[in-house]
This record gives sequence, C-alpha cells and structure tokens, in this order.
Amino acid sequence: MEIVKIANLKKAYGDLQAVKGISFSIKQGEIFGLLGPNGAGKTSTINMLIGLSRPSGGSIVIDGMDAIKEIKMTQRIIGVIPDENNLYGEMSGFDNLCFCASLYGIGKKEREKRAMELLKQFGLTDAANRPFRTYSKGMKRKLTIAAGLIHDPKILFLDEPTTGIDVESTRQIRNLILSLKEQGRTILMTTHYIEEAERICDRIAFIVKGEIVRMGTVTELMESVEHEYRIKLQLDSSIIELKEELENNFPSCKIEVLEQNSCLLISEERMPLSPILQLLDGKGISVYEAKEIKPSLEDVFVKITGIHVSNLEKEKVMK
Amino acid sequence: METFIAFWNILMKDIKNYYLKPPNISWGIIFPLSWTLMQIIRLSGDIQIVELLPGLMAMSILFGTTSMLAVTITFEKRSKSFDRLLLAPISISILVLAKILGAILFGIVNAFVPVIFAAFLVDLSGVNWSITIIGVVLIAITSALLGLLVAVSVREVFEAQTLSNFFRFPMLFLCGLFIPIDKLPAILKPISFCLPLTYGADMLNRAIIHRSSFNILLSCAVMLLFIIVFFYLCKRNIEKKWIL
Ligand SMILES: Nc1ncnc2c1ncn2[C@@H]1O[C@H](COP(=O)(O)OP(=O)(O)O)[C@@H](O)[C@H]1O
Ligand SMILES: [Mg+2]
Repeated sequence: MEIVKIANLKKAYGDLQAVKGISFSIKQGEIFGLLGPNGAGKTSTINMLIGLSRPSGGSIVIDGMDAIKEIKMTQRIIGVIPDENNLYGEMSGFDNLCFCASLYGIGKKEREKRAMELLKQFGLTDAANRPFRTYSKGMKRKLTIAAGLIHDPKILFLDEPTTGIDVESTRQIRNLILSLKEQGRTILMTTHYIEEAERICDRIAFIVKGEIVRMGTVTELMESVEHEYRIKLQLDSSIIELKEELENNFPSCKIEVLEQNSCLLISEERMPLSPILQLLDGKGISVYEAKEIKPSLEDVFVKITGIHVSNLEKEKVMK
Repeated sequence: METFIAFWNILMKDIKNYYLKPPNISWGIIFPLSWTLMQIIRLSGDIQIVELLPGLMAMSILFGTTSMLAVTITFEKRSKSFDRLLLAPISISILVLAKILGAILFGIVNAFVPVIFAAFLVDLSGVNWSITIIGVVLIAITSALLGLLVAVSVREVFEAQTLSNFFRFPMLFLCGLFIPIDKLPAILKPISFCLPLTYGADMLNRAIIHRSSFNILLSCAVMLLFIIVFFYLCKRNIEKKWIL
C-alpha cells in the first residue's frame, strides 16, 4: 500500500525553482531515501510534506488525507526529525521530550513514561536532567530523533539524520532507523551520503536541482545504467605474455593485467568463464579465485547525475 | 482535551523558561520602579503621586509584554524551535493564544508593581478597581498582540527591539497619559485616536484619577475591536510568513 503519494510537487522561492514538479510514492513500511547534493531541494520537499511550507503546485496525499488541505490531521501521524537540532537549549532532555509529547495532547503520566523509555533506548538516561545545550553533537542528534518519536508516529521524516556527527553515533542512528522500520514505520529520509542510502534505504530517488533524475531499489538503479562486466581473476603467476593470445581467442573480452598475479576480464556482455579457464589451465596456470567486480552505487550516481562524489563531500564540509 | 494539554504546556513552558527567569523578573520590577522614583524626585511631592500611576501602569504593561514577546518569539524562530509548535496538530489560533497569554499575564503582573509601591505612599481608596483591572487586561492583550505582530515582521532579535520602540515611544506620548490629548497639536490628535493605548489609558485615568475623555463602553468596544483586528493580522501573518 502506498502511504505517501506526491504528484507534480513544486516549490518556488521568488524566481528560484527549488522543487520542479517531482512525483513519487512511498510504500507502507519502507525506507525511502532522497539522495542529492546540498541545495537539491530535499529539505524544501520535506517541509512541504510536513506542513512547514506551502507547495507552489502539485498534490500530497498522506495516509489517504490531503496533506495540503488537512495538514493538521496528517500532522498527528507524522514524526519529523529536522536537519537542525531544534530542541530548547535551556530545558533538560527529559523536559524537552515531555514538552514535545504534550504538543500532541499526551497526558502527563504517559508522556513521562514515554520520555523515560526513549531516553533509555537512546542511551541518554544519565543525561536526562542536563540542559540540552550541554549535550554533545551526537547526543543532541539522538534526543532530536527521540523527540520526533515521542508520539509514536506512523510515518517518519528524517532530514539528514547523520550529517556532521561522529562515527559511533552515526552507526547507532543508522541501526536505529533500521529498527524503526522493523517496528513497521514508514520512513522518508534525505541524505547526501551515498553509502548511507545504499545501506539502509529500500528505495532511493536521486534528486538534483529540484528534479528526481532516477528512482528505484539499489539493484534497479544499478541495472538502469549500462555497464561492463568485470571479472577479477586471481592466478598463480603473471599472464602478461598471454594477454594478446587471450584477447585474440576471445575477441569480446578485454584483458587488463593487474599487480600480484591478477587480472581483469572486461566485456560488454556476460560471458562464460570455462573456456578461458581451460585455456589458462592448458598453459599450466591455475586460477584460484574469480569474482565479479560490480559497479558501486557511487559509480551509478556519478553516471546518472554527472555529479562527482567528491563534490558531495566538499559541500558537506562547507556545511 | 488534547488541544488544551498542548495549549497549557506551551503556556507553562514560556512562563517557566522566559517570564520567570531572573533577568526578566527584575526587568519587570526595576523599570517601573526606577521610573516611579525618577518622577517622584523630579516632582518633589508637589504633584500627587497618584496622578503618575496610570501612566506608569500603562508603561509597565507595554514594555513588559511587547519586549518579551518580540524577543522570545524571534529567538525561538531563529533557533527553529518554533517549527515544533507549527508542526504540532494544533491550530494557529490556539498557538497564538498560548503564546500571547504568557505575555498578557506578565504584563498584568507588571502593571501592579507600581500600584504596590504607590500603596505605601498614597491613599488609593478612591480607585475604581474593577475598571482598573479591565483597563489593565485590555492594554495587556493589545500590547501582547502588537508585540507578536512585531515578532512576525522581523528576523533578528535586535530588529524586534528597534521596531517595537518605533511603536512604543510615540504611543506612550500620544496616548494622553503624559500630555493630555486636548493639549496635543492638532495634527497629532487623529493619530492619538488611532492608538489602542489611548483608550486603555483613558480607562485607567477614569478609574484612578477620575478624569476621562471617552465613554467607558466606547473605550472597551474600541479596545475589543483592536484586539480582533490584531489577532486576525497575527494569525494571517504567521500563516503567510512562517509557513513559507
Ligand atoms: N526559505 C527559502 N528562501 C529562499 N530560497 C530557499 C529557501 N529555502 C531553500 N531555498 C533554496 O532552495 C534550494 C533548495 O534548498 P534545500 O531544499 O534546502 O536543499 P537541500 O535540503 O537539498 O540541501 C536552494 O537553492 C536554497 O538556497
Ligand atoms: Mg537540506
């Protein structure tokens, strides 16, 4: 079932077209990722979905409700983790969570219980009574995520959940997102980390300059671009002298000799390996290992968007 | 019930986090107090202290509410924590009410600071307390809404301060508290009639020093009209400017 459906969604800030008519749907229980560089329109898209911004055009349906007209209804079932940690600096972690719960009309006893549970789940129990402003970056991020979960939302919107925090917190947060999915929640997240999208998203949309340029599961995205097949062979001796003979025998295949007695077989189409192995065997060369070198999602991203991953990283540092 | 929980907790959070914070409490007390003392010294007992009371009260309310609201809201807006309130499943009207109620209460408390000091110095038995309270409440509500309107119109805390002063000082001097309206230059009089504080001040003058220019019902009606218009403008501006 599709729990979030957006069609031809647009957002203009004055003359700037930040989101240029994007459409996608999110299935119940999946993690959907918007992957793109800074300024691609990820936050603008999320803000329209959660009611912090008014679309310039298009439609949004969340759980069967029109999320533009009935935003106050849809806001009950969505949880939002914004890109900035925007809790109240002077208030303790515990008070922050209780306050956020109260905004959803949750009674005192219940909200204190939930706040304690979440603090425990996020390993923040010891810091429960300290002001939020004294937290480390990773702790702030975790409390902000906890605050987005306090009213037990069906659908979660996470804007750059792991940007700018330490490796250990990042790992914990990624695992947490996966466990939220296991609880049956639907998640829309944005990121500019390719490996994050690859690891935790069921489906990914590449978004560049306000447009979705490609969308699908990791496998679908991989298959959507033409690529050569690369097989790496590990041998017991160098085949540098055999390169020509091999290429003559197998014209559809190019050979690249690598260091340490290994080589790459590169071909346009999938090709059977046994003739090659037989030929090598006849020359007294043993093959210990043959494995396919698949292109990474990174290669696919670069090929589709023309954006170099190092540019993604650069923009991230600037931020 | 759910809406009430949200409303109540927003109010309590503001009171605890902003209005009861030591610097603000002292600001609320020190400002009216120092002004009172200044006037007493300046007038050296010739004029009845009670004559100063309406002006002091109006000033305490005006400064207390507008500055607190304008500053706290721009602050929350800048730190983006205000987005949490916009994301909550409560209507903008409830949100506006919760936000201004803290400031209104703060203004009312501030109004009675000079009264308490005056009570030690002069006889206040001639004061009509019910009209005083109605006047104070109405001034507090209009000032709070004005503060919110300022907060909605600016981005930075210092802009909020500047813009509220732009309203506050002319308003104080044109409202008839320090210079009676009939002594104002003719061109300023119409402006005076367009200020909510003029009517609130008139109610306080009537209640405390028994001198007034308007019918009390008229004053109440005009103040209520200002409240409705300001409330509508705040709500519209929030919807227009904050939900981008
Ligand atoms: N409130 C705003 N006013 C004007 N321009 C904006 C505003 N918010 C975002 N933008 C612009 O819209 C584009 C998309 O921004 P954003 O949605 O924040 O991208 P992302 O989250 O993918 O980094 C950027 O060019 C940004 O400068
Ligand atoms: Mg963003």
